[in-house]
Amino acid sequence: MSRWVARGRTSVVGRLIGSFLSQSRTAAGIVVWIGISIVLGIIIVAIFAPFLAPFDPNTKVGAVEAPPGGPFLMGTDRSGQDVFSRILYGARIPLSIVAVATTLSLIIGLPLGLLSGYAGGRLDRALVLVMDSIYAFPGLLLAIAVAAIIGRGILNISFAIAVVYVPTYFRVIRNHVSSVKQEPYVEAAIALGMPSWRVIGRYVLPNVAQSIPVIFSVNAADSVLTEAGLTFLGLGLPPGIPDWGFDISLSWQRFEASWWATFYPGLFILILTTALTFIGEGLNDILNPLLRKSQKAAVEA
Amino acid sequence: MTALLETKNLSVAFDTPGGPVHAVQDVNLRIDSGTNTGLVGESGCGKSTLGRAILRLLPENARISGSVLFNGTDLSTLSPKAMRDLRGRNIAMIFQDPMTRLNPLMRIRDHFIETIQAHDPRVEPEVAVERALKVLADVRVPSDRMRMYPHELSGGMRQRIMIALCLLFKPALLVADEPTTALDVILEAQILELLQSIMHEYEMAVLLITHNLGLVAEFADRVAVMYAGRIAEEGATVPLFREPRHPYTVGLLRSVIDLDTTKLYSVPGSPPSLLGESVGCPFYPRCEKRMDVCKTVFPEVRPVGEDRRMVECHLY
Repeated sequence: MSRWVARGRTSVVGRLIGSFLSQSRTAAGIVVWIGISIVLGIIIVAIFAPFLAPFDPNTKVGAVEAPPGGPFLMGTDRSGQDVFSRILYGARIPLSIVAVATTLSLIIGLPLGLLSGYAGGRLDRALVLVMDSIYAFPGLLLAIAVAAIIGRGILNISFAIAVVYVPTYFRVIRNHVSSVKQEPYVEAAIALGMPSWRVIGRYVLPNVAQSIPVIFSVNAADSVLTEAGLTFLGLGLPPGIPDWGFDISLSWQRFEASWWATFYPGLFILILTTALTFIGEGLNDILNPLLRKSQKAAVEA
Repeated sequence: MTALLETKNLSVAFDTPGGPVHAVQDVNLRIDSGTNTGLVGESGCGKSTLGRAILRLLPENARISGSVLFNGTDLSTLSPKAMRDLRGRNIAMIFQDPMTRLNPLMRIRDHFIETIQAHDPRVEPEVAVERALKVLADVRVPSDRMRMYPHELSGGMRQRIMIALCLLFKPALLVADEPTTALDVILEAQILELLQSIMHEYEMAVLLITHNLGLVAEFADRVAVMYAGRIAEEGATVPLFREPRHPYTVGLLRSVIDLDTTKLYSVPGSPPSLLGESVGCPFYPRCEKRMDVCKTVFPEVRPVGEDRRMVECHLY
């Protein structure tokens, strides 16, 4: 009898991972795996950059604007620094900023969305108004404004980017919650005397949770671009730190003379963004099967 | 007998863009401990709204006036926290559509744990499951269902589990809002039989909301007939069915189909819109015994005959 007592409650995370793993061999699952492998690869490169990089990223190690080949896999930039080494080190900044920023916006956006959607009424209207105004702003412009106010530094940029992505969590979660709130099982739970936090935590959140990983990865992909945009404009970091967006800003005016110094950082921004988009789109197909069915029906109709 | 639940001039109006909809108006209903009251009426007459108003489960745009006394306490004076604790502990409610009343992502076991911990947060899950298993046996559900998810169970089984969730704290009143409408006749009989035996076992009163007069005749001690948000007639079941007084009750009982029915009867016309204010008797346009006074003056509730029969009609 205690067989099923002993097993813990099914956790939200466990269920999401379970439903992904159960479909990991479908087309969508393979797309997710490709995305995960690329992102993991870039993370490993970033962590082990000191061991993998052939040169110090911040020292002149060869001729200025040497083309790719020989000791310089991706050539050197206008200061004679090794582009390849700078790219390996340069993965650290976007990855950490994106991780901190998307997590921060999740931590702020998710509870606000749950609260707003569940409580309804005036609080909901006020929050929706605020979030929609933020959302209406072009993301990069908003990040620039916030970054200009709070100043440079990795944490500050992360915060600036987080502000941009809070509304995407808020909107999706809030709308999903206000429809799940109408579900008969929510009313039944209230009729049994559940306090609101328990209704939200056990009945509403698990039923909207499938949206979270999708928004998370789509936001992460988008914030890579925002981060690159900020550092490209020189708004984010103290000078000297290798960063893909920053490196492009250093070399793009010399594109014709040394295309490699601009092209390779850009390529890596593209790869990371694409990989994160793969994860988001694949997860969306797996975790929101109803959406997939309706799209399929629309295609067949 | 003591009154377990009493509504005094209970009214519910929904604010809508078109104006207030008076779903329940001046309802005085008394439910004694351990008795079974049937609340009948056609769709949209406000019977479910009345049931929800008792537990204050209405949406934000609902305005409630009048009072609901439970064991002498006016429920509108309770704090939200006290009201919440009363739900499920003192008054519980089961619904029409058992298929959608359980969280699809939670095992049956967890529904029990959550419900018990909602009221007693310190109860260990293992203890909660022990308590749940006892109640589960009372509603005749095998214990292996505990580890299943709602989609693995039939409608009848899910309604039994809903009932079991309601019984965990031995409430004094169970509001059953069309508990068998979504079930087939055999399950309907089983669920009602179950409710009846549980009522006695748990010394629980039941407010059975239904449009099925047969159910009420078989099951209820007293019947309240609702029309257009008001109680048209209320009385002990057998006398009320033998000798209905209100013309609407008469029409309602005539429309019951039995084996001798050759021609179907229905009360002519359709119920009035509950939007905005109204004058006179709401049943006036459809009534066979209407008089001039009915058009302009709303009838008062009057006791008629014995057994505390109350009728809202100018005929008496």
